[in-house]
Amino acid sequence: MAVNAKTLNETEFFYGHKACAGCGGSLAVRIALKVLGENAVAVLPAGCMSAVGFNFPQLCFGNNAIISTFAGTASMLTGIEAGLRAQGITDFHAVGFAGDGGTADIGLQALSGAIDRNDDILYICYDNEAYMNTGIQKSSLTPFGAKTTTTPAGKNIRGNLRPKKNMFEIVAAHGIPYAATASVGYINDFMRKVEKAKQIKGTKYIHILAPCPTGWGIKTDDTIEIAKEVVDCGLWYLAEYENGEFKLNYKPEEFSSVGDYLKKQSRFRHLTDEDIKVIQSSRDAKWEFIHRNFK
Amino acid sequence: MKPYLRDKIPAGFDEIPDTPSYEAGYLVTKNSGWRNVRPVIDTKKCIGCLNCYLYCPDGVIFRSNHKAAIDYDFCKGCGICKKICRIGAIKMEAEK
Repeated sequence: MAVNAKTLNETEFFYGHKACAGCGGSLAVRIALKVLGENAVAVLPAGCMSAVGFNFPQLCFGNNAIISTFAGTASMLTGIEAGLRAQGITDFHAVGFAGDGGTADIGLQALSGAIDRNDDILYICYDNEAYMNTGIQKSSLTPFGAKTTTTPAGKNIRGNLRPKKNMFEIVAAHGIPYAATASVGYINDFMRKVEKAKQIKGTKYIHILAPCPTGWGIKTDDTIEIAKEVVDCGLWYLAEYENGEFKLNYKPEEFSSVGDYLKKQSRFRHLTDEDIKVIQSSRDAKWEFIHRNFK
Repeated sequence: MKPYLRDKIPAGFDEIPDTPSYEAGYLVTKNSGWRNVRPVIDTKKCIGCLNCYLYCPDGVIFRSNHKAAIDYDFCKGCGICKKICRIGAIKMEAEK
């Protein structure tokens, strides 16, 4: 039976943490651990979730959890999986929770190596689109036009100049057994994907978009709505990669307004109508690609 | 195991571990002081759909008699539960 609110493990494994109110990333970690259960071994590199979860003596993980080096999330997962296997333990899930910087910038090489070895691990990237923990610096998953402290909005250059790195397809290009994208706005879809990944042997990667009220400049109670809207307006998509094929899980019948989505966040408030048109046309190009290549 | 509040806060050198590991789920502080507003559930209206429980980033909402209930020790008052509730059974009230 599909996992849902009623069938989900009632035990909380990520509790009492010091994340900002309305944090999308902590919701992703909480739900993933509930689906994976008590025997999950969590690895967290430097980033929000390790900063809010391990403030000795306030230790907020109820299962085994460890902080890795920033670049070594996937390497440590490899080691944990091999170590437990060598001890004859089979009933566990090695799961990593890295932010967008820890995945697409700093941890990319280790992740690529783990996928190449096809180690039996689950890597979850909670993508809040900048280095939020250190005070909102641009990462390679920061979208075009977003204002961060390292890509400020001025008169000539308005925020980040580069588009968001296509992490999902980079991972899929390795020929990984399972990869997926998700959003905290569609939490049932995310739960289904974690449940599916739990049963697959080999490397699994899930990329979940997790809004950050502090860094995005939204109200704390808007997290879920914004995470839904980003999918509905077509700037993010819910998809899976399995057996060498891409599959689209959700296709909005009609896209909601990109401008409305952007203008709700203070990191995009400086954008001109022309900038929004650029974002809209890049969205359309992306969806053309999706329709051509995804099932 | 759910992390839970402990009585003892390790302070002296002999209580601080000399390895990088420590007991899981060891909580010594609450988060209730972060809150300006608190969610209040109208148990008459609540139908126990558990949507608020599902979307709470802090996991402070739990099931009690087929309804939702809140652990105010760790609720930060973000208001996500209020917005997600389709039948309007949750209200935000100012903390006094």
